[in-house]
Amino acid sequence: MIYREAGHFKTSYASDQAIFPIVQDRWFVMAALGVAFVVPPLFAGEYWLQAVLIPFLVYALAALGLNLLTGYAGQLSLGTGGFMAVGAYSAFKLTTAFPGLNIVLVFLLAGLVAAAVGVLFGIPSLRIKGFYLAVATLAAQFFLIWLFNKVGWFVNYSSSGTATAPPRTMLGVMVTGPQATAGVRYLVALSLVVVLALVAKNLVRGRVGRSWMAIRDRDIAAEIIGIKPLETKLLAFAVSSFYCGVAGAELLFLYLGSVETLAFDINLSFLVLFMVIIGGLGSVLGSFLGAAFIVLVPIFLTNAPHWIGLGLPTDTQKQIELMVFGGLIVFFLIVEPSGLARLWSITKEKLRLWPFPH
Amino acid sequence: MTRRTLGMVLLAVVLAGGPLIAAVSAQDKTLYIPLLVYRTGPYAPSGTPLANGLRDYLTLLNERDGGINGVKITVEECETQYDTKQGVECYERLKSKNPLVVNPYSTGITYQLIPKAAVDKIPVHSMGYGMTASADGRWFPWVFNFPTTYWSQASAFVKYVGQQEGGLDKLKGKKIVHVFHNSPYGKEANPTLEELARRHGFELTLLPVDHPGQEQKATWLQVRRINPHWIYVSGWGVMNQVAVKEAGAINFPMQNMIGNWWTGSEADVIPSGEAAKGYKSTAFTAPGQNFKVIQDILKHVYDKGKGAGDKATVGEVLYNRGVVNMMFDTEAIRLAMTNFKTQSPTGEQVRWGFEHLNVTEKRLEELGMKGFTRAVKISCDDHEGNGPVMIQQWDGKKWAIVSDWIEPMRDVVRPKLEAAAVEEGKKLGYTQRDCAKEK
Repeated sequence: MIYREAGHFKTSYASDQAIFPIVQDRWFVMAALGVAFVVPPLFAGEYWLQAVLIPFLVYALAALGLNLLTGYAGQLSLGTGGFMAVGAYSAFKLTTAFPGLNIVLVFLLAGLVAAAVGVLFGIPSLRIKGFYLAVATLAAQFFLIWLFNKVGWFVNYSSSGTATAPPRTMLGVMVTGPQATAGVRYLVALSLVVVLALVAKNLVRGRVGRSWMAIRDRDIAAEIIGIKPLETKLLAFAVSSFYCGVAGAELLFLYLGSVETLAFDINLSFLVLFMVIIGGLGSVLGSFLGAAFIVLVPIFLTNAPHWIGLGLPTDTQKQIELMVFGGLIVFFLIVEPSGLARLWSITKEKLRLWPFPH
Repeated sequence: MTRRTLGMVLLAVVLAGGPLIAAVSAQDKTLYIPLLVYRTGPYAPSGTPLANGLRDYLTLLNERDGGINGVKITVEECETQYDTKQGVECYERLKSKNPLVVNPYSTGITYQLIPKAAVDKIPVHSMGYGMTASADGRWFPWVFNFPTTYWSQASAFVKYVGQQEGGLDKLKGKKIVHVFHNSPYGKEANPTLEELARRHGFELTLLPVDHPGQEQKATWLQVRRINPHWIYVSGWGVMNQVAVKEAGAINFPMQNMIGNWWTGSEADVIPSGEAAKGYKSTAFTAPGQNFKVIQDILKHVYDKGKGAGDKATVGEVLYNRGVVNMMFDTEAIRLAMTNFKTQSPTGEQVRWGFEHLNVTEKRLEELGMKGFTRAVKISCDDHEGNGPVMIQQWDGKKWAIVSDWIEPMRDVVRPKLEAAAVEEGKKLGYTQRDCAKEK
């Protein structure tokens, strides 16, 4: 009754091709973005910014990258951690070699380096599919981590083996380094995520996205009608690794501040894959929902016993947390295999019909 | 009972519990000390006895002495699983409760907290781990890593090997292998070992083992091929027991294998059984239950049922390490409270307490720790206390000290440390303090 396309007449091609055709959607998203830019830096405490919101943004970007590759192009990849590591370490090398370069430009260049590496490790996708491709990308994960451990050049021969984000300013405000406030780092991360999410949404709505989905659904048929599998698959790897690389650079510069290769190990790859699966394969919103789920649920499970006054010993609490987390993942996959994004779109469909269910 | 009724009952219980939470969280003046521990995950074999030792000493102070200078201590554990991200989350969550000191117990987490601690005004005590360069207090006023550091330990290891071989000059041409955890923690000793290899002419081979350290077959095949005279191990968690087992499998003479002070505890040798007999490690605390403080813990804590772990594990190597850690921290807090005449010291005052800490042998005896560890004196430019180490050996049933205190080679270690402090301090944008100006 309230939420539907009827009554909204589009008078130009631009408005017809808008991302959110229903005007309530557009208002809601604009309001949400406004709130996201204004409220947390002013009102959220350090804990919420540093331990919840900034990791959420970093993981959402990585999940978005993996969703483009796995959800839209159908190429299963377990190398996300490795590509994020490439982004982080190349951003570190670029900014230490060129200290005057704007940090956002450094992130984007690091993304390009990660894209190049992604293309390299995506070449096996032309011959192998599905589970076997996952194993080949696993090789990427292990090789890249080994490389960063072994070659001291990547951390500028630091005796500790960690890469520390040097202090950098943008428009006179300290953006990275220990003096940068959580609010400023959050705003930079949010801006990057919004811009890159917009790019991703337009990519998947356009020719490129449709060619990816064609490859995902019926790759032989896609080849027959003229979609070049080489270029399409490698482009998918390139774009996905670009996003993962930028996310990795954000992880180092905006979230943790200093990083060792342990931060990018296989667990991170699995974590991002879970985000994509729970959030919904083949959906931009799904990446965000999945990232929110994976970031918030463990924190909720850690803090909930305190809120209801239940004092459990920490190791029992941690084990319960792991069990509940795994159980929730299984539950979601049984109840809604297409992920949280599907639940959201079902809600929207029902809202369109409300209050007339038929 | 219908579901509706059940729901109502549950709601009532939660609501009734609400005032209870308020009562629990109502704070009288207490000293808040958070413990970042790992009782789960691949590093739990090492983390659990440490956590128990940390906890029990604080419980002892509360039960036996009524706290520090009459103010009780509130302890809160936070599980980090040795993971940097979880450690940061723990720190951020517990920061608001005004912790007096934080012990990250992971070199990775320590690197994260060092820049934050100076801004949040919380002293970081990374006892025998963390960033070695932070021993130079002129650059890192908020970070303390006494009673000794990895670089001092590496030099003491070489000294001990020299002693065993009949003199440092006899090291020429000998083969020494360093098997280390492939992380910033494991790599710490390498620069010092390389420097000493240059000076004394021994052949050093560095063999990294990737986290978590369960796969070491390839490493130990290499060790067998090299056939070294001495092996030094920098491991943690599950890597330790696998290393000892593999060394036994290649029939390496265990008395020539020395682990660092995190690589020598009961959990590391018991799984290997007979093969581990003779394995040595460095230490800066003595193992065993034959100390008055441990007996006090058994009496005041375990007999009252307030122990954190199993009674049989009291006196283990890492348990005693945890006890010493909290002893140093509580002595610093006590010094701060006495000097500033306050019942609720601030982080800045506790930092002062750490920097002017002087635990003498007499004080150790008063605390019931005679022979447990050595006296330590901290100053503005020396946050390490110039730590010596002892060597302990596993005889198949228990760990026992088999050497005197070995002083580190300060002439080798200190210049490199100061250079590293300048490098690390500049990375974080710090300036050097002038110790002569402060008091």
